[in-house]
Amino acid sequence: MAQVSASEIKVPPLKKLTNYPEKLAPGHRLCAGCGASIIIRQIYMVANALGYELIWANATGCVEVCTTIYPYTSWRSPWIHNAFENAAATISGVEAAYKALKRKGKLPTDKKVKFIALGGDGGTYDIGFQSLSGALERGHDFIYVCYDNEAYMNTGIQRSSATPKYANTTTQPVGSKSLGKEQHKKWMPEVAAAHGIPYVAQVSPSHWKDFMEKFKKALLTEGPSYINAFCVCPRGWRSKEEEGILIAKLAVETNYWPLFEVENGRWRVTYKPKNPKPVEEFLKRQGRFKHLFKPGNEGRIQELQEEINRRWEWLNKMEEMTREE
Amino acid sequence: MKPELIKEVTYVPYSGNMAAAEAMRQINPDVVAAYPITPQTELMQFFAEFVANGLVDTEYIPVESEHSAMSACVGAAAAGSRAMTATAGPGLAYMWEVLGIASGMRLPIVMTVVNRALSAPINIHGDQSDMMGARDQGWIMLFSENAEEQYDNLIQAFKIAEDERTRLPVMVGMDGFVISHSIERVRLLPDKAVEEFVGEPKVMYSLLDVDNPITHGPVAMTDSYMEFKRQQREAMMEAYKVIREVGEQFEEAFGRKYEHIETYKTDDADYILIIIGSTAGTAKYVIDRVREKGIKVGLIKIRTYRPFPYYDVMDAIEASNCKAIGVFDRAETFGAVGGPLYSDVATAMHLRGKSYPMVSFIYGLGGRDTNVHHIEEAIDKVVQKAAGKEVPLINYLNLNE
Ligand SMILES: Cc1ncc(C[n+]2csc(CCOP(=O)(O)OP(=O)(O)O)c2C)c(N)n1
Ligand code: SF4
Ligand SMILES: [Mg+2]
Repeated sequence: MAQVSASEIKVPPLKKLTNYPEKLAPGHRLCAGCGASIIIRQIYMVANALGYELIWANATGCVEVCTTIYPYTSWRSPWIHNAFENAAATISGVEAAYKALKRKGKLPTDKKVKFIALGGDGGTYDIGFQSLSGALERGHDFIYVCYDNEAYMNTGIQRSSATPKYANTTTQPVGSKSLGKEQHKKWMPEVAAAHGIPYVAQVSPSHWKDFMEKFKKALLTEGPSYINAFCVCPRGWRSKEEEGILIAKLAVETNYWPLFEVENGRWRVTYKPKNPKPVEEFLKRQGRFKHLFKPGNEGRIQELQEEINRRWEWLNKMEEMTREE
Repeated sequence: MKPELIKEVTYVPYSGNMAAAEAMRQINPDVVAAYPITPQTELMQFFAEFVANGLVDTEYIPVESEHSAMSACVGAAAAGSRAMTATAGPGLAYMWEVLGIASGMRLPIVMTVVNRALSAPINIHGDQSDMMGARDQGWIMLFSENAEEQYDNLIQAFKIAEDERTRLPVMVGMDGFVISHSIERVRLLPDKAVEEFVGEPKVMYSLLDVDNPITHGPVAMTDSYMEFKRQQREAMMEAYKVIREVGEQFEEAFGRKYEHIETYKTDDADYILIIIGSTAGTAKYVIDRVREKGIKVGLIKIRTYRPFPYYDVMDAIEASNCKAIGVFDRAETFGAVGGPLYSDVATAMHLRGKSYPMVSFIYGLGGRDTNVHHIEEAIDKVVQKAAGKEVPLINYLNLNE
């Protein structure tokens, strides 16, 4: 893998980053407090700092619907929406066209261009899974970014395979005979890593330095990268709009959302909370888990904690196993 | 760069799949994304050989599904490159969602469809239910009678698709196995001549133009969606002219005539058969045979299926002595009268305020043989219908009942 030495290329300080022109124009219809626009803007900061032009393929979902209502668009970069399940296949075609036309001398050679496929968890973990897997396996030069808000939000909070166990959704609602979703969340970045691609990372916009470092690596990677980004959804999670980054921080501090990367097969947990907080801290700020705090459901929270511990231990084991001698 | 292989018109024994692959080599598209399915697989294998041996400059994407094949073509075409693919039957069905996206986004993609039956029961053999099922997805649809027509139609397709008046994708169908796998004589055109005929692509609103960023495929709400669809209809009407013009240019360059329909002995015909695809060839042979017995039968072969050439069909019928018509459908439309072609011909008559006795024939489903005898049998029914005798409205050829 032709990795440019990432450590030599520095992401500039925050003051400089916030001075770059915004490429996601304001006026889009994403809800107040939506994590998705924060993720996109952080991506743009790194791309701007490193001098990359981004070309996007966006799966159907909140971001797509809220940013491109004809005749308006929020995108100051080339952007394409094809369908819900095919962002990765679409970007494969764009990237192939780029290679073909460049070879024929039909494109400028002085531009640094990177292709990004952007999808929600539904467009990534579920319906777009096959198309994503195909594109990763074929090795196209692109970054797949999943903004994971843990349900189909655009269509009204339906469960996905990214929805955590016991979350309340409209297709597995809490009721007298139901505690919400019955299955644990899919470990999607791990699945992406199983493709043996050069770079995989899980990020949270609350830990922006970690986010930027990882996105920088993805930009500098030749071949496919997969980034799984924690995306707060106040609307679907029944959380306070102003608490988005706080909830994201708690997701990391409770180890619910471990920050890790897989670089050419080496696993590394990039942030290890000194004293991980109990998962309640993360759950209690979200209405989707409200029922778990009713008397009699204590064991359920414990169950979620155990799943968190299981994944955390597994990740740390992977880190150990693949550590450089 | 792609080497020059064929320097003069060359006669070769080729199957439809070989002819289609050869056309693709000569067109030398920027991107090909395809997924194998019988009876198209062989076509894709031929093209993969070209890629493997540096005979094309194409970026070839061996995708993981037909849905992704069409999705990648959409991305590639939006990026201003020439994109091609090929599929058959269930593969086309699997693409269905993205077919409408390709046409709705006005992307000039070109695709061969090796016509195959749809499941269930699963069946790998030829019929046209695949393209008929996709006929309202906004693609220009051409059908070929034989391998050479498939080759010629593909060479004309990009000129039709990329014209500023159309900007629509084109699919070119050939009957599975009967055309795709049968060896026939094909007159290949020189590489240079094809290159010159196809010309440089007209790039519009490229996604790769980072200095002029364009948003492709936005949401259209109730206030604008219908206008987009209205424009698509307009483009399809324009395509009617463009297909004719390109056919004329092709004839001028290479001496082979291409019109929306082909007529065979219709001028003095009392009875007319209307057929799409390879069975038109069998029908021509049968027509000659029955004419020896004094039964004057003529044939209208549909080459352009969408936009449907209503006036061409009616002109041909009205210029004949037509007393009755037999319409051949190699696809079912369950719960409706006749097959899809039957409905189109009925509409054509209605447009002229005319009414001819019509008989519907359903034939060749799932590769069922349609031979000389079956066509003779059909002609017999059309003759009876003309004589005012009772004939069932829908007739199945070579069905075990
Ligand atoms: C083929 C297809 N199936 C279903 C839908 C309906 N649909 C559109 S967006 C969506 C959910 C999107 O969820 P996700 O990918 O998580 O993105 P989010 O809305 O959460 O941002 C669904 C079910 C569709 N547009 N296309
Ligand atoms: S529903 Fe959730 S993901 Fe969608 S725009 Fe609103 S906050 Fe963002
Ligand atoms: Mg979602």
